[in-house]
Amino acid sequence: MKKQDPSKRLEELGKKLVQDINKGKNPAIEFSLRSLSNVIFDEKSKTLTLGDKTQQRFFFNVSHAKKFLQTLEIAKVSKILLDVSKHASLRDVFYMAKRTIPNSDINIVDDQSESDKALEDLELITDCSREQLNINANKMGSVAGNVVIEDSGDLINWSKLGSGGWSIPSNVENIEFKSVKAKYVIYMEKQAVWERLHEDKFWEKQNCIIVTSQGQTTRGIRRLLQRLTEEHSLPIYVLADFDPWGFYIYSVLKYGSINLAHMSGTMTLQNARFLGVAADDVANYDLKKHFIKFKDVDMTRLKQIAEYDWFKKNKAWQRQFKMMKDFGAKLEIQSLSSKGITFISEKYLPEKIKRGEFLD
Amino acid sequence: MPKAEAKSQGGGQSKAQKEEPIHARELAKKQREISIAEFFEKNRHLLGFDNPRKALLTTIKEAVDNALDACEEARIIPEVTVELIQLGETRFRIIIEDNGPGIVKQQIPKIFAKLLYGSKFHKLSQSRGQQGIGISAAVLYAQLTTGKPALITSKTDAKNKAAQMKLKISTSTNEPEIIEETQVDWPEKEHGTKIEIELEGTYQKGRQSVDEYLKETAIVNPHVTIIYVSPEAQQTIFPRAINELPALVKEIQPHPYGIELGILIKMLENTSSRILQSFLTDNFSRVSPAVAKEICENSAVLPNTKPDDITREIAERLIEGIKKTKIIAPPTDCISPIGEEQLEKGLRKGITAEFYCAATRPAAVYRGNPFVIEVAIAYGGELPKDETVRVLRFANRVPLLYQSGACAVSESINDVAWKSYGLEQSRSSPPVGPCVIIVHISSVWVPFTSESKEAIAHYPEIIKEIKLGLQECGRLLGIYVRKKSRIHEQMARANMFEKFLPELAESLASLAKDNKEKILKALQKMLVKPEIKQEILSGGEEDKLYKMELNDKDEENEENEKLK
Repeated sequence: MKKQDPSKRLEELGKKLVQDINKGKNPAIEFSLRSLSNVIFDEKSKTLTLGDKTQQRFFFNVSHAKKFLQTLEIAKVSKILLDVSKHASLRDVFYMAKRTIPNSDINIVDDQSESDKALEDLELITDCSREQLNINANKMGSVAGNVVIEDSGDLINWSKLGSGGWSIPSNVENIEFKSVKAKYVIYMEKQAVWERLHEDKFWEKQNCIIVTSQGQTTRGIRRLLQRLTEEHSLPIYVLADFDPWGFYIYSVLKYGSINLAHMSGTMTLQNARFLGVAADDVANYDLKKHFIKFKDVDMTRLKQIAEYDWFKKNKAWQRQFKMMKDFGAKLEIQSLSSKGITFISEKYLPEKIKRGEFLD
Repeated sequence: MPKAEAKSQGGGQSKAQKEEPIHARELAKKQREISIAEFFEKNRHLLGFDNPRKALLTTIKEAVDNALDACEEARIIPEVTVELIQLGETRFRIIIEDNGPGIVKQQIPKIFAKLLYGSKFHKLSQSRGQQGIGISAAVLYAQLTTGKPALITSKTDAKNKAAQMKLKISTSTNEPEIIEETQVDWPEKEHGTKIEIELEGTYQKGRQSVDEYLKETAIVNPHVTIIYVSPEAQQTIFPRAINELPALVKEIQPHPYGIELGILIKMLENTSSRILQSFLTDNFSRVSPAVAKEICENSAVLPNTKPDDITREIAERLIEGIKKTKIIAPPTDCISPIGEEQLEKGLRKGITAEFYCAATRPAAVYRGNPFVIEVAIAYGGELPKDETVRVLRFANRVPLLYQSGACAVSESINDVAWKSYGLEQSRSSPPVGPCVIIVHISSVWVPFTSESKEAIAHYPEIIKEIKLGLQECGRLLGIYVRKKSRIHEQMARANMFEKFLPELAESLASLAKDNKEKILKALQKMLVKPEIKQEILSGGEEDKLYKMELNDKDEENEENEKLK
């Protein structure tokens, strides 16, 4: 993403539309079409990017009018935030935009999904990220390791933050790495697993950084991981459940997501690797008895993922998909705890990393 | 009673010995003629006098029905005055006056003071009254509750004076008693009849009130003017909407398919025809000599049998024979429906709404009786949106206010799928919406479920016709409702944009650091542009919009070129 002056971009947008109106032209905003049909997997950069298709949004159009209004409303909110140099959360923005239009029963936005979507559109229109527009998501992840950073003038040591670790803010653009003593980063899907590893001081013993979020990886975490790997050349290992959804978490981290294809440049992690839980672990660690049987949705999702362009020609991954399909079952990371509470930190992870057992 | 004896012998002996059989002589002492008053007292609910409220309504209804029948028979456009005076908490004087032909003096006592006397019972033609019970029952009810006679005034000629009589009914003999008889001047009327009755009753407003009855009567009798003075001394005039009388109806003879054994035997007893064949051709409609012969053949009776020789058994065979014989449907010119146009006019006068439609079905036949169904619908306006639709039922132009649940009309309405006509409805229940539905049946003999004439019997032929009529009107209603909702959507869209403009102007002003009012004015100017208006009204047909966009680009290019 190009570095833009967000405030100026918003002003340009406004001026362009006022010009339209003064000319008696139906005011229109043009921006990249954000749908599956316009998302391309770029073989060269190995990321999902947006194609050339654009859409026009008109104000005087019954089906566009409300979205148009919402987009402009969010633009206004962002402009106000930028003007006074304050940040707001997605929820704040929703409440700043939510009100009933006088003498009607129409709300500008009815729920947060509408303001979130309008914001994503605004990112495309202005070519500025949400964070650049002074709007942040909720903090949802934790990190621990031998790292010292500076954030808003405070020095923070990730190794000295007690049991909770450092909670990752939604905007990590302005933090500065003072010292990074680690050989790699492990990102894990489950908060509970992170807590296990943190308690066992895994990061200290293995000289690494452990990161988690709850469920789907937030933008702040993705950006933090990207900066760690780009600025300090650290490999990233992904630890997720052995199920299609775990695979998809890895896929999003590595290649980007359809929804945020326009942000791929600042989000994707070329050197992310899938550490586990993998199909071969089932035999190696005798995990068969912990299988959870597939439901129909699991099988459908697995088929979809196997069809993704970036997995299609990857033999190692196709083997995983095939084995999972044959099992007709999935596994949780926590099933490793059956071998003993510290099995994962003392045996499983060190062994796998040592042997280089991961998928790329 | 030999049977009873045998039984008691078998049962308990001691009991049988105590109880002596009663001789017929003793029983005969208890048998006597039931007085008409006693009969009335026991059966008043059958005649519509169940309670004081209903008694008041029934009395007015019977008098008004008679007045309208008399006027129409004499081809006079009716004007009826109904006055209700409250004398005590539950005592009223009712005065009903018409401009009809009047009644000759000799007939007055029998018409008003003898039950089951009338001209209509034995003929088949469409009229409001059928049995000749109504008005004399009202006179009797008044007499039983207040002891007062009815006062009748009637004038038949402009030149003559009016006859005036005070009448009572002899409760033992069912014969009229003339209490007083005079001649009076009645200068304001050339001819007409006035009846004054004092009775026990209660007056209430609402769906089953006198007010409602008169209002509904005005709707289905658009040729009638009704002047009503309520107990609060408030005068309401329901003026006529059309100046034509309903077409004169022909009397018809009964159709063989509708005849019942009892009536057939009675007709055979009273006939002057010499042989069975001529009895059949003379007394029934659609029976030619050939048809009569066929009936006889199908009944295995000789056509030259004397009516006197026909036993009950043979009569029964005749009924069966009729069933086997193909006879064409009765003539339908004996029915005079209101007519679509006239019914709609009446409805417009009585109910304020946005949309009206009416349908008159072709004549159909049930049990040998011809009938015509008419349906009308009023929709929208001030009518309540969230209530079940109001159903007004009529038979031979008379409103039916009671027993809607037992009526074939209600069943038919619940059976129609109203959702496709723009009303709400849960399965097999009445529709909901801002709507009034009128159903009118005209027939030479309306099949009521009881003597009080409140609900129409469930003949499949009648239900079928009602449903067809409802569907006919329903289709028109559906077209209107859909059109209305389309216009409503268009208005809402136009309105939506108007509301959006200030919001957009404010956002743009803040982004572009421009003047809000200036932007708003420019936007409002655009709102009246034909292309944009079209877009808003059509509801988002993208093609047009792109076209507009292209046109604008062309204009822009031209302008740029000029500037160069």
